[in-house]
Amino acid sequence: MMKVSLFATCLIDMFQTNVGKATVELLERLGCEVDFPKNQVCCGQPAYNSGYVKESKEAMKNMIKAFEHAEYVVSPSGSCVTMFKEYPHLFEGDAAWHEPAVKLADKTYELTDFIVNVLKVEDVGASLNGKATYHSSCHMTRLLNVKKEPFTLLNNVKGLEMENLENSHNCCGFGGTFSVKMGQISEQMVDEKVGCIAKTNAEYLIGADCGCLMNIGGRIERKGQPVKVMHIAEVLNSRR
Amino acid sequence: MSMKIGNDQFKKRVDDGVNNAFMRFAVSGAQERLRSRRLDAAEELGNWEEWRALGEEIRQHTLENLDYYLEQLTDNVAKRGGHVFFAQTAEEANEYIKNVARQKQAKKVVKSKSMVTEEIHMNAALEELGCEVIETDLGEYILQVDDHDPPSHIVAPALHKNKEQIRDVFQEKLSYKKTEKPEELALHAREMLRKEFLSADIGITGCNFAIAESGSISLVTNEGNARLTTALPKTQITVMGMERIVPTFEEFEVLVSLLTRSAVGQRLTSYVTALTGPRLPGEVDGPEEFHLVIVDNGRSAILGTEFQSVLQCIRCAACVNVCPVYRHIGGHSYGSIYSGPIGAVLSPLLGGYEDYKELPYASTLCAACTDACPVKIPLHELLHKHRQRIVEKEGKAPISEKLAMKAFGLGAASSSLYTVGAKVAPAALTPFMSGSSISKGPGPLKAWTESREFPAPTKERLRDWFDKRSDDGERKHSK
Repeated sequence: MMKVSLFATCLIDMFQTNVGKATVELLERLGCEVDFPKNQVCCGQPAYNSGYVKESKEAMKNMIKAFEHAEYVVSPSGSCVTMFKEYPHLFEGDAAWHEPAVKLADKTYELTDFIVNVLKVEDVGASLNGKATYHSSCHMTRLLNVKKEPFTLLNNVKGLEMENLENSHNCCGFGGTFSVKMGQISEQMVDEKVGCIAKTNAEYLIGADCGCLMNIGGRIERKGQPVKVMHIAEVLNSRR
Repeated sequence: MSMKIGNDQFKKRVDDGVNNAFMRFAVSGAQERLRSRRLDAAEELGNWEEWRALGEEIRQHTLENLDYYLEQLTDNVAKRGGHVFFAQTAEEANEYIKNVARQKQAKKVVKSKSMVTEEIHMNAALEELGCEVIETDLGEYILQVDDHDPPSHIVAPALHKNKEQIRDVFQEKLSYKKTEKPEELALHAREMLRKEFLSADIGITGCNFAIAESGSISLVTNEGNARLTTALPKTQITVMGMERIVPTFEEFEVLVSLLTRSAVGQRLTSYVTALTGPRLPGEVDGPEEFHLVIVDNGRSAILGTEFQSVLQCIRCAACVNVCPVYRHIGGHSYGSIYSGPIGAVLSPLLGGYEDYKELPYASTLCAACTDACPVKIPLHELLHKHRQRIVEKEGKAPISEKLAMKAFGLGAASSSLYTVGAKVAPAALTPFMSGSSISKGPGPLKAWTESREFPAPTKERLRDWFDKRSDDGERKHSK
């Protein structure tokens, strides 16, 4: 049995617990034994991206320790996985932390990448009726290079009809602290994204990053649009 | 700091940008066209990633040996009878150019497109002298006619204007009588400009790349105006940034292909010209006198730093054409002639943090720029390096943010402290909740909830659910 340590991310732990639950159930259904390393908190990205590298490194060291025992680390968040993958670069020249950082980066996978490329599963046996569109998040596609895997999995979900999203390459305007620091610009970006989603007439907006989904979902809710926002883990865990 | 445009604060500039529906419509349309053309042109080569790697290697090699190639270039220009001046500052460059104009008793100067002359505000310097300076690139000409509206894009300077606006400008300023048809507008500009070319005393150009091995300068254009600028006036002055250099024509060929494909999605532009020195005895055209002004203006201070890779830039604007922030705020919001991601990296380096401290934050770090760059400048990483420098060295970050980040550092480094915080948060946020979300948040949440709902923290954290579930599982097993 494959042993997987869940890297839940702070957003999922506190706000999107359903995504975490779906991830655990999905991985178990695919034959993995899942544990939740208790000392995990945050990957450090909010502070890191704002330029607070020193502060973020404390968070990173904590994560390296928390996942030391893990065989595989899997997370339903492309952006946070990207941060783990940056650790080796950030601890370059640090005798104590560089090697453990490399080890962590090497064994960490984004959820859909893990399912398709490690478990070698393309059809997880999920079913969900309706029309959906997918938001490709920036860090996951450009920095992590996980582009096709979500579509491979979604195309095999029974009953689900996928619609193309216009200008899907454009960022949704989340960007961590950008969303509050540059709120006005962020609003324009998310508004355009939500407009493109509306044009597809999809009932579901699916994504693989909780930051983006919180942003897009928050705008959809504010505008009262009839679109249900779902994380890909929830879709892949649907059995109806 | 002469690259600065206007004196408005960043917030005001963004306000103006966001509320300018005409500009936003023009910019988003142009972005989509330029992006898809670039992708097609890149795909046509078949091995784009190899080309990018080669482009990066050429630029890095050149920068690492810049002193050598600058010397070689200078020697070869001199051998062909040209004059070379190395200007450390914008003022030095302008002083030299003004001196040439004085010596020639120049009344009229025609110019082809050049960002570095914008950067040093050369036109204003020459105008002080009483020279008439005429932009001959169509985009730049439109802006000049429109009371010196600043460029909003490094390749397509008038990108923020649509054809109706251009028609109005021409009607008002040039007694233009025809329609907004691009052909008619271009023909009118052409007729106006032809007279200027014939009567100009000096032609001034920028330089896409100087070729060290031969002492040539190259111009990559679609309009032919640069050829007229360099063929008709008796004196030619070429102004270049000190990093715009290639060792030989072999590297030049690679970079031109990357440039034209990335900038406008063309295999080649209509004109790719390499000019070497003044007219020699027996030659039929070309200027009698040639001056090459090589501008530093802050560039050598970037060499050898963590920002060196920004000097790899070949000014194609591929990063600008994919930037989702530029898309909504337009070029003028950057407050610099260099806009978009490359501008957000370069402007604080050349112009200082005082004027440009917001620019590194005007990005979601989505990395679309890095992905698009034909010479692989890690633009989003450089934006991040600026943020780090602003926090750690410049001390320009707000105190409230510093405290919040300090708290983050503590909380995120210890799961027990995090647990305390996570337990307090739902209670602290309760007064702001309506159902499962927050519509009007306190503190930093305020900016979020101005346009979006914020989710309320769940009663049970995932880790607590997981714990309980494992306990239940163990109980079941032990029964």
